[in-house]
Amino acid sequence: MSTTHLANLKPGQSATILSLDIETGLQHRFCALGLRCGQEILMLRRGWMKGPLHLRVGMTEVMLRRCDARQISITGIGKAA
Amino acid sequence: MRQIAVLGMPNTGKSTFFNRLTGSHAHIGNWPGITVDLMMAEVKLGDELAEVIDLPGIYDLRGFSEDEAVVRCFLEKTPLNLVLIILNTTQIDRQIILPLQVKQLGLPAVVLLNMADEANRFGVQVEPDLLAQRLGMPVLPISAKYGMGYHGAIATITASLQQHDNLVQVAELEERLLNDRQLANDLAVILDGAVQMPLKLSDQWTSRLDRILLHPVLGLPIFFAAMYLIFQAIYAVGTPMQEWLGNGLDWFKSSALEPFLAPLPTFIKGFLIDGLYEGIGTVAAFLPVIFLFFLCMAVVEDSGYLSRSAFLMDALMERLGLDGRSFVMSLMGFGCNVPAILGTRVMRSPGLRMLSMLVIPFSLCSARLNVFMFMSTALFTAEQSPKVLFSLYLFSFAAALLTAAVFKGKFPSQEPLVLELPPYRFPTIKQMLIRAWCEVKHFWIWSRKFIIFGVIAIWLLNNLPTNVPAASAQTLSGMIGQAIQPLFAPLGINPQLTVALFFGFIAKEIVLGGLAVIYGQPEDGDLANAIAHQIDWVQAYSFMLFTLLYVPCLSTIAVLKSESKSLKFALLSVGWSLGLAWLASFFFYQGARLLGF
Repeated sequence: MSTTHLANLKPGQSATILSLDIETGLQHRFCALGLRCGQEILMLRRGWMKGPLHLRVGMTEVMLRRCDARQISITGIGKAA
Repeated sequence: MRQIAVLGMPNTGKSTFFNRLTGSHAHIGNWPGITVDLMMAEVKLGDELAEVIDLPGIYDLRGFSEDEAVVRCFLEKTPLNLVLIILNTTQIDRQIILPLQVKQLGLPAVVLLNMADEANRFGVQVEPDLLAQRLGMPVLPISAKYGMGYHGAIATITASLQQHDNLVQVAELEERLLNDRQLANDLAVILDGAVQMPLKLSDQWTSRLDRILLHPVLGLPIFFAAMYLIFQAIYAVGTPMQEWLGNGLDWFKSSALEPFLAPLPTFIKGFLIDGLYEGIGTVAAFLPVIFLFFLCMAVVEDSGYLSRSAFLMDALMERLGLDGRSFVMSLMGFGCNVPAILGTRVMRSPGLRMLSMLVIPFSLCSARLNVFMFMSTALFTAEQSPKVLFSLYLFSFAAALLTAAVFKGKFPSQEPLVLELPPYRFPTIKQMLIRAWCEVKHFWIWSRKFIIFGVIAIWLLNNLPTNVPAASAQTLSGMIGQAIQPLFAPLGINPQLTVALFFGFIAKEIVLGGLAVIYGQPEDGDLANAIAHQIDWVQAYSFMLFTLLYVPCLSTIAVLKSESKSLKFALLSVGWSLGLAWLASFFFYQGARLLGF
């Protein structure tokens, strides 16, 4: 199965988080917001002019800058149910 | 007295619960070594009096943010009888880590599953009794907003308090917390069978609204229109309210204070009326605008639109080291800087907040606009003066951009921007009123001494020694004006205008009044003529530039100091704005003279 990073996901696509390549302190924050390995993540929209990403994980919607999203690898890209 | 702490993640309605529990009697408490404001209040639970402390919203007790460090420090230093953990029921799948961590620390706790109404609507089903059994602490669904389940929760909290009459303090907090893998295991075990999540979030309203409000083309115009409307609403209602308040204070002064104090010597009378009473009036003048501002901000923030503004503006603001919320506050600063600076409290990252507070004072507020309207009408033709005003707005933007660019590196935002975009909600009227009332109270308590002291100091400068005309060249301010004239002469600002800048230090509203005193002319056409005879347009524009950029007013410095909790930061803001004002006026004045104007 092909892997890429979260910033490459297109609106309407969903994928599974494979790994988070970020420092431990940050990982706690991401984890607390639901961004954990194995979680399914849905791209809702991408911000205007290389703006942030609007994502849904579980019951939570978050915005994330593209530079941070590049540190999150994903796999199993598919259309959201 | 019993000690209770309220803990929860951001966006869980923690403050709403705290306000419901404490009424609006909360005040800010001081803890040694803790720099963030903590709200606290005394509440009677059963027969016992308890002190309830609202901790900042945090994501994880092991977290790296300032708020998370504050909570850790608080838990290690303060013995507690009970911890109340507020969770957003809809997000229980991830928020359950907080009760798990608290359990790990051995603190007695009660878990409140807040927003139970919303969870129902989204199809999240929870078995509180099963969760309570597994966690070993009471778990109760409530709605802090509408009061559902609230009385039952209070009864349980009271009962728990009676059970835990010994204080518990946590030592070596960080070593005792679980690592991620253990936490993930425990989380799965606890939730299994006790919580039913829907397959996907089914908030159709939020999805539909986001499709319009976050639209790639329509999103920004809607955002600007909404901000414009809010701005208009605050100042259309606030300005008459300020006038009424001002008139009321004047009426009291002329009909009660002045006759009553008439027998006193002129100097003491002047000190009490023009110094002390005017000082109180200066603080009071801000109260209506702060109240209205936070009434509106309660809607913008609680509805979830403020975090959407961060999404919309982030592409631009990221380059400036700011985010969309800084932009909203700077925009609101064009009405009045004081509530805008108070409003930066929604940003939890200290670097981001400091940078925003440094930028906001350059927003051309309505008080400065009054001075500019007067000066531009006095010195420019009817066709020119709107262009003059417009150019000053451009300078205001340029100064804000420059400040962000210069200080971006000094106040970096350590936290990455992972903001939650909560579902759209509307606050209740009560929530809005409590928020606005608390902010007004906060401003009154923290800023009045500084402002009143400042007004009195400037009054003394303008009125000592007592045997010369007020604000004349022989007074202290006149002498200082003369002494620093070599600094202001290169800007084309004459001694009279220099003394007017002293008045402007208190508030730009009184610059015109100050000029009237200095020139001994009534504050109308006569004053305009007197000034127009003495200076030309280049000097006038240089004076306006200086007025635009130097310290907005004493109240702004007061809130900068109280919000940053750092005198150094307030002085940096004052120093930077004075320096920038001097340089801008200098280059403008000398440049214009060089070009032969």
